Amino acid sequence: MPITEADVEKVAQLAHMEITPGELKIFAPQMADIVSYVEQLNEVATSNVPPALGGFTPEGEATDSSRDDIPAPSLGQKKALAEAPDAASGHFRVPKVL
Amino acid sequence: MMSETKTDIQRLRSRISSGEITARAVVESSVNAAEKLNESLNAFLEIDRNGAPKRAETIAAQGGALAGIPIAIKDNICVEGMQTSCGSRILGNYHPPYNATVIERLLSAGAVVIGKTNCDEFAMGSSNENSAFGPVRNPWDTTRVPGGSSGGSAAAVAAGIVPVALGSDTGGSVRLPASFCGVFGLKPTYGRNSRYGLVAFGSSLDQVGIFARTTADVALVLEIIAGRDEHDATTADVPVPNYLAELSGDIKGARIGLPQSLFGEGLGQEVRASVEAAVAVYRDLGAEIVDVELPNAQYSIAVYYIIATAEASSNLARFDGVRYGFRAEGAPRLREMYRKTREEGFGPEVKRRIMLGTYVLSAGYYEAYYGKAQQVRALIKDDFRKAFESCDAIITPTSPTPAFAIGEKVDNPLAMYLNDIYTVTANLAGIPGISVPCGLSSNRLPIGFQLLGAYWSEPTLFKLAHAYESERPFSERPMIYAE
Repeated sequence: MPITEADVEKVAQLAHMEITPGELKIFAPQMADIVSYVEQLNEVATSNVPPALGGFTPEGEATDSSRDDIPAPSLGQKKALAEAPDAASGHFRVPKVL
Repeated sequence: MMSETKTDIQRLRSRISSGEITARAVVESSVNAAEKLNESLNAFLEIDRNGAPKRAETIAAQGGALAGIPIAIKDNICVEGMQTSCGSRILGNYHPPYNATVIERLLSAGAVVIGKTNCDEFAMGSSNENSAFGPVRNPWDTTRVPGGSSGGSAAAVAAGIVPVALGSDTGGSVRLPASFCGVFGLKPTYGRNSRYGLVAFGSSLDQVGIFARTTADVALVLEIIAGRDEHDATTADVPVPNYLAELSGDIKGARIGLPQSLFGEGLGQEVRASVEAAVAVYRDLGAEIVDVELPNAQYSIAVYYIIATAEASSNLARFDGVRYGFRAEGAPRLREMYRKTREEGFGPEVKRRIMLGTYVLSAGYYEAYYGKAQQVRALIKDDFRKAFESCDAIITPTSPTPAFAIGEKVDNPLAMYLNDIYTVTANLAGIPGISVPCGLSSNRLPIGFQLLGAYWSEPTLFKLAHAYESERPFSERPMIYAE
């Protein structure tokens, strides 16, 4: 099913992205092309194939990634807020939610 | 002053430790070359003119395998005290509060980071034209792209500014620019090194990779940055070999797989001839060339652009104007602020991929796209498993053509994606790959071939690459080069 401009508007909304009418005109046919290209996967028989989960090697899968639950210092409030566009009173300040 | 950085790490190290030249002078020479050549290359987004030479003095005194060696880092890898923009307006002048693990390890070995290199925005691209800060230009011909996404790192090494640089490789972003710029470029096995401090794009595909002008330098740097890191759960508990020690020696009897099906339609004539000549060199060196089949490789681009975009749409959700980076002005409500920030902060390719990823993961489509892609990915992994039962490495071109002109493919994303046809399979399967320079086209543009190996087979790849390099040294120099 080809992607329409309405589909692109919908996914932009889901992705929290504003999209201009000019961008819509460019993106819709490009995305339609890409989606129709990837649909060639439908010709591959996969009914009994379990999906690959990531690029993991057997050794990577066998590696125990857990660590002991010991408290350790973290970044700290000052560093964590240092790059925020609008920090106030030890918090990230954002525009009104409602 | 003549540039001191055109040689390899070992020669530079011995000149520094013998007192022939100071580490400070080496790093200063590198910074000078970076500043001077950046006017024509746009390879660096930040050059540490004042700090790097000072650090060279203190660091060289401490010793280490890389003591006083200047190095350039792709601008999506965090270096404390420098910017990390990812080539994007949305991060802009962001300064990370910590070092990536690979950076910590380089610094411990004495390396001096001289600057952050330009790249496609969030590493999404094959040409470097998607950087918000303008394209990098290829040192061999400045009207052409250096390849992407780690184009700045590739150009910096090719132009003799630094002997070695780091990039990241999600679908070929180290190997492709390495081939376009005439240098070596390695993507290690998935889990070989840490991504802690590498800004995430496609987490099941991303690996930090290495550019250098010799195989030995790639091997030396991998040995330093590789290994388990408790900050990255995907790093594997696999010992790091002494790569340099295993570099030399003859390759008689090595079995090199040739996937004939990948030498068909779309492959440029000169690239084909060059890679076939490399195959002949291996045959002359005593390697056995065997036919291998990778029946599902033809689907790799389709699989990749579902999985990579899906993972990107999720990873890039964090850029919302709250904790760091850019925030759009004039939005009275939170949701509007998110939307405007992302509209103004991201460039077209990133938007396209976020939307594609959101689409393939959306309700009703997940199984048809993402689920299907993960199944075909399993088939691709299995193709390689079977192929490596009959060979030690597989040889392919790195790219179908040499570097193309700036602007040539920008209006056709799908045509751009097809550049990655030879490289994405390694990321999907998690295997290592190295691009080796093997000649110039008739208009003096570098051509590279790629060696792919089984999991953890970096020693084999290095040995094969080194054998070729010893037999056919690539001594040509680009038009833009450190004097």
